[in-house]
Amino acid sequence: MEISEKEFLAPGHRACAGCGATVGVRLALKALGKNTVAVSATGCLEVITTPYPETAWDIPWIHVAFENAAAVASGVERALKSQGKDAQVVAFAGDGGTADIGLQALSGAMERGHNLIYICYDNEAYMNTGVQRSGATPYGASTTTSPHGKESFGEDKPKKNIPMIMAAHGVPYVATASISYPEDFMKKVQKAKDTDGPAYIHLHQPCTTGWGYDPSKTIELGRLAVETGSWILYEIEDGDFHVTYRPAERKVVDEYLLAQKRFKHLTEEERKRIQKNVDAICTEFKI
Amino acid sequence: MVNIGACVKEPGSTRNNKTGSWRTFKPILDKEKCIECENCVLFCPEGCINKDYDIDYDYCKGCGICAEECPVKAIKMERG
Amino acid sequence: MVKKVFTSNRAVAEAVKLARPQVVPVYPITPQTTISEYLAQFVADGDLKAEYIRVESEHSAISAALGASGAGVRVFTATSSQGLALMHEILFAAAGMRSPIVLVDANRALSAPLSIWNDQQDTISERDSGWLQIYAENAQEALDAVLIAYRVAEDRDVLLPCMVCIDGYFLTHTVEPLEVPSQEEVDRFLPSYNPYAFLDTETPMSIGTFTDPDYYMEARYAIEMAMEKSKEVMAKANQDFAEIFGRKYDLVEKYRCDDAEIIIVAMGSVCGTIKDVIDSLRNEGEKVGLLKIRVYRPFPREEIKEVLEKGSKVAVIDKNISFGMGGVLYNNIKAKTNAEVYGFIAGLGGRDITTEYVREIVEKTKNPTREIEWIGLKKEEV
Repeated sequence: MEISEKEFLAPGHRACAGCGATVGVRLALKALGKNTVAVSATGCLEVITTPYPETAWDIPWIHVAFENAAAVASGVERALKSQGKDAQVVAFAGDGGTADIGLQALSGAMERGHNLIYICYDNEAYMNTGVQRSGATPYGASTTTSPHGKESFGEDKPKKNIPMIMAAHGVPYVATASISYPEDFMKKVQKAKDTDGPAYIHLHQPCTTGWGYDPSKTIELGRLAVETGSWILYEIEDGDFHVTYRPAERKVVDEYLLAQKRFKHLTEEERKRIQKNVDAICTEFKI
Repeated sequence: MVNIGACVKEPGSTRNNKTGSWRTFKPILDKEKCIECENCVLFCPEGCINKDYDIDYDYCKGCGICAEECPVKAIKMERG
Repeated sequence: MVKKVFTSNRAVAEAVKLARPQVVPVYPITPQTTISEYLAQFVADGDLKAEYIRVESEHSAISAALGASGAGVRVFTATSSQGLALMHEILFAAAGMRSPIVLVDANRALSAPLSIWNDQQDTISERDSGWLQIYAENAQEALDAVLIAYRVAEDRDVLLPCMVCIDGYFLTHTVEPLEVPSQEEVDRFLPSYNPYAFLDTETPMSIGTFTDPDYYMEARYAIEMAMEKSKEVMAKANQDFAEIFGRKYDLVEKYRCDDAEIIIVAMGSVCGTIKDVIDSLRNEGEKVGLLKIRVYRPFPREEIKEVLEKGSKVAVIDKNISFGMGGVLYNNIKAKTNAEVYGFIAGLGGRDITTEYVREIVEKTKNPTREIEWIGLKKEEV
């Protein structure tokens, strides 16, 4: 696997100390290399990297709006193709710009089969605007629009399963990943690059500001998500599904939940319910 | 004068913004203890640890991920 | 150059074929649909070498167009009414990002109530977007306007997107005789696109950044300056167009205005009807003229003042309504001239503006009872 030593995302950007998104983008770009054109949706990543007159991107980059990263990327891909340029187009969008407002454009782009990689950096809420819930906010999380209170325990719906929706579109390469498992992620980015046609990677990314933990624990949290079975690393290659990482011994979800402020309000009963849900899914995936 | 369409033609120009001023704590890496596992290099959100394990303090925000992820505790966080 | 008999939709498709955009993302909508179909056929037959993107909505059509334009190629898209409205936020983005997209809008009424028929509410409602706007009177103008649009939009002093507006059904689906230029003639008129900002790995740049209060106003002022400059650029383009193709266009067209006691102001296909009525009225001894607004953005203030401030009464026909304020063009004319102006709302939702209605407008301007009148309203249905 050729991993570039070069950084394609310059420092000096405005990310929070301990930001997971920039870790994800740095790793992805190391796997993709210089011949890459990036497209961003509005969100944390876009805002922290391009405050005029500065940009953190060392590769060509375009941003238009919140819900159309996939549509813009479609146009970029075709334009490059029509000019005989072979740069790899990669779209970066958050969970909001993917699962909610961005779903239509994503569906259209994937259905049309453009040769592009779409990476959703999933921090499980609309983080850039101050932690409002998205379709990817997990069950039980407290966000500013799904806050816990006397009458509510927070987000009461499960996480929308975008990777499976992508698989149902027949996308030839679909994968889940985590910034805390960099080799697994970068290998998947490489596979995405080598795929003829669209590729989708759903990258789990802990957010210190939104989830409520010390910035130094960003990678640790991502690891706990996977080790507790709360986030599963898999890939689907031409419809062929396999798990790419199985924890040697699955930890209890409490280790993951209690490490974050957004879950601290949950009662033991509610946490048990979450454990039960995780157990069911993990049994199915043999984790 | 603002560029046409507010486009930025200098790639990587955030390098002009030294985010090192943000930090309260600063990582000190002991190269003797270091086993060159690359954890800190890969996990730094700023990408300011190079392959020779030099930390660029112009940009280090002091998040502490490097110290946390070092398997041999070769990085200590100190004030500054 | 060949003489043909085409609908405006077909004429537009021919113009696009001649302009040779490299990416065409387009979503069908009545009454633009046949534009998207002709272009698809041209591409399928190899007559237009473009990447045709069958997008899943108009919002994605304009987004893909902006992405492709950002990547440095000439693009084209077309839409109508609901589709243009769906594109709204990206229209502003395209102008703000100074992308010279050319879009043809088949003017159609906006829902609700749902209507597929013609009025100009859709494009007039985008007048603040920063897009240039040209309104065509007939199929020849529609074809020519697309070529002029690319030439002006892509000029380094302008770099603003341009929409060419053609009345739904009255133009889109009506066959008319016209001249289709040759590729060689078009190549002389329209240079290849040389982008200011483009996505290329050899010269990386970031397009579509965000600005804090320290920079935003200057970026917007730059658009204002570009819009002003576009008048000059358009005048030069019109001159070159006349030399190569033999048809002379200006920002406005004066029809029998010189000694007119009443001047009608209007945009689009209704001008054809108005010219006929003026000829009849002139034969009856009436002194009536027409000031056709061909280019609505940039707004041709000086040209309009020059014609309308000679003492005649002015009757503005608007195929749109700004509720509580009358028609938009009426308001613009009233604000920018010191003429005696009367506003007439007509033709909404495809109601035909007949020669009788035009005569009624002239009569009501001679003896006005109110400033703003709705023409052709069925009083019993209200």
